[in-house]
Amino acid sequence: MKAVCWQSANEVRVETVPDPKILNPRDAIIKITSTAICGSDLHIYGGYIPTVQQGDIIGHEFMGEVVEVGRGLDNLKVGDRVVVPSTIGCGRCNYCQSDMWSLCDNSNPKGWMQEKLYGNITSAIYGYSHLLGGYAGAQAEYIRVPFADVGVVKVPSEIPDDKLLFISDAIPTGYMGAELCDIQPGDTVAVWGCGAVGQFAMISAYMMGAEKVIAIDRFPERLAMAKKYAKAEVINYEEVNTGEALKEMTGGRGPDACIDAVGLEAHGVGLEDFYDQTKQKLRLETDRPHVLREMMVACRKGGTLSIMGVYGGFVDKIPLGAAFNKGLTFRMGQMHGQKYMHLLLQLILEDKLDPSFVVTHELPLEEAPHGYHIFQQKKDNCVKVVLKP
Amino acid sequence: MTSTSENKANSSQGEAGEVERWASLIGGGALVLMGLRQGSLRGVLTALAGGGLLYQGATKQSTIQQAQEAMGINKPIKVEKTVTINKPADELYRFWHNFENLPTFMKHLKFVKVYNEKRSHWIANAPLGNNVEWDADILEDRENEFISWASVEGADVDNSGFVRFQKAPGDRGTEVKVVLEYNLPGGALAAAVAKIFGEEPEQQIGDDLRRFKMLMEAGEIATTEGQPTGRR
Repeated sequence: MKAVCWQSANEVRVETVPDPKILNPRDAIIKITSTAICGSDLHIYGGYIPTVQQGDIIGHEFMGEVVEVGRGLDNLKVGDRVVVPSTIGCGRCNYCQSDMWSLCDNSNPKGWMQEKLYGNITSAIYGYSHLLGGYAGAQAEYIRVPFADVGVVKVPSEIPDDKLLFISDAIPTGYMGAELCDIQPGDTVAVWGCGAVGQFAMISAYMMGAEKVIAIDRFPERLAMAKKYAKAEVINYEEVNTGEALKEMTGGRGPDACIDAVGLEAHGVGLEDFYDQTKQKLRLETDRPHVLREMMVACRKGGTLSIMGVYGGFVDKIPLGAAFNKGLTFRMGQMHGQKYMHLLLQLILEDKLDPSFVVTHELPLEEAPHGYHIFQQKKDNCVKVVLKP
Repeated sequence: MTSTSENKANSSQGEAGEVERWASLIGGGALVLMGLRQGSLRGVLTALAGGGLLYQGATKQSTIQQAQEAMGINKPIKVEKTVTINKPADELYRFWHNFENLPTFMKHLKFVKVYNEKRSHWIANAPLGNNVEWDADILEDRENEFISWASVEGADVDNSGFVRFQKAPGDRGTEVKVVLEYNLPGGALAAAVAKIFGEEPEQQIGDDLRRFKMLMEAGEIATTEGQPTGRR
């Protein structure tokens, strides 16, 4: 089959590799009909996620059709159309059973690496480094889905892929970002980053009772999308000072909750951005925490920071004094897709949510290298690339 | 317990006191690396199982270990690890108690044959396709709680171990603690056995226990071996 294989920083290639096989009783093989390039794939593409190896098949946002099932599966059959969450949960450990699927105890076969770095083992994610399990990813014609009897969502055949695909990752990530804010009626929520996750976080924040949502980005087309689809007020951080603008827009209080939908490759402005970029390049810091710092200072006293953007390792110069003295709450984590997918599917089936607006590019799988390039460089107004194997 | 030399220097009365404390600790659930650090695990386990042998078992180092020290060979490999498994203790105890199940999740074991209630035969993988073998006896067996075992005379590798199953707080399942000790026999075989465990025996037993947990909870052991890759 054809698959997108990571080669080195900023280089992916579409290679011919063997087809996946059933390896365990609870496995299924899925023929992929749509797979997206996620913003967090850019961290891999750019070489910022450790333990990605040359030849690894990447990608984790996907849907398709079941073509083979393991002997341990009785609720899936060949021909079922399914959306699969990007994080892999066994469904049987304490964490999965508490709906904290991205903290699954049993899905990561290479847990010892994480245990050393993080002190515990988290769930695996498709195509997201050997630290996170080393599973072959979804930007391919076929994929092996372990523990396919749990988490996987069957979807009706008459709804197009573009409306359903993002239940796999971007929508539940955005939804969880808003949920972690514990939004009260009348709250103002600020969202850093207007990619797909940011857009869905804003829409979710309104669904949960926010009165005002403020979007922060530097690309006019993303801000326009946030205005049009997520009904957000916008800040272009290259044109105005984000902190001052947020104060002005919130009567001097600051937002009640702040969502980081950017992650470890945040761009800032001025000296601080130069500092982070340099430290990251010199490998003195794994992540660029610009957005984190900004949120800690901008948030109102007693407010909540919700961190959905991916972080990998260590960050520097965190204004903990601000966070401590202002009594902030930090909530974060990889999304627990399996917890939200059925609810989100229902919203889509009831026409209360149509996520297809984020798709700006649809390309054949063979053109994945071009897709990565324009997504990373934000060329051609690229917000979301969907690959068609 | 941090200082082994101090313990060894204790009066015999002091040592007996320690042993009783270990015994009560085991009985009460918490365990006992003190025993391991002080002498051999086998000594402690024998003492606990043997009652009357309490004093001697725990205070005398094994002859193997004395010989090793005389020959200047590496210290024994001792590892301990605990994992919490979302299953009741009786289920885990039953699976473990059939030692023939152990090679499904303990990577260094090739094969275990149970002869009878007490004795079993173990074969471990050694580098270059070699095996090391031994017979082991169960020393103590408390249903759904505790199993200890040790190799018998004539083993390629003198070893001992125990597993303890203890209810975790709340609804978190069962805490499973394993302690293993391998006394290296010396020479080329010692090097071979050391290699079985790699440079980090703690990691290996940790991986073993994680596989045990996967098997018990998820019904299968997560793997990526045999999946496609574009590696050249």
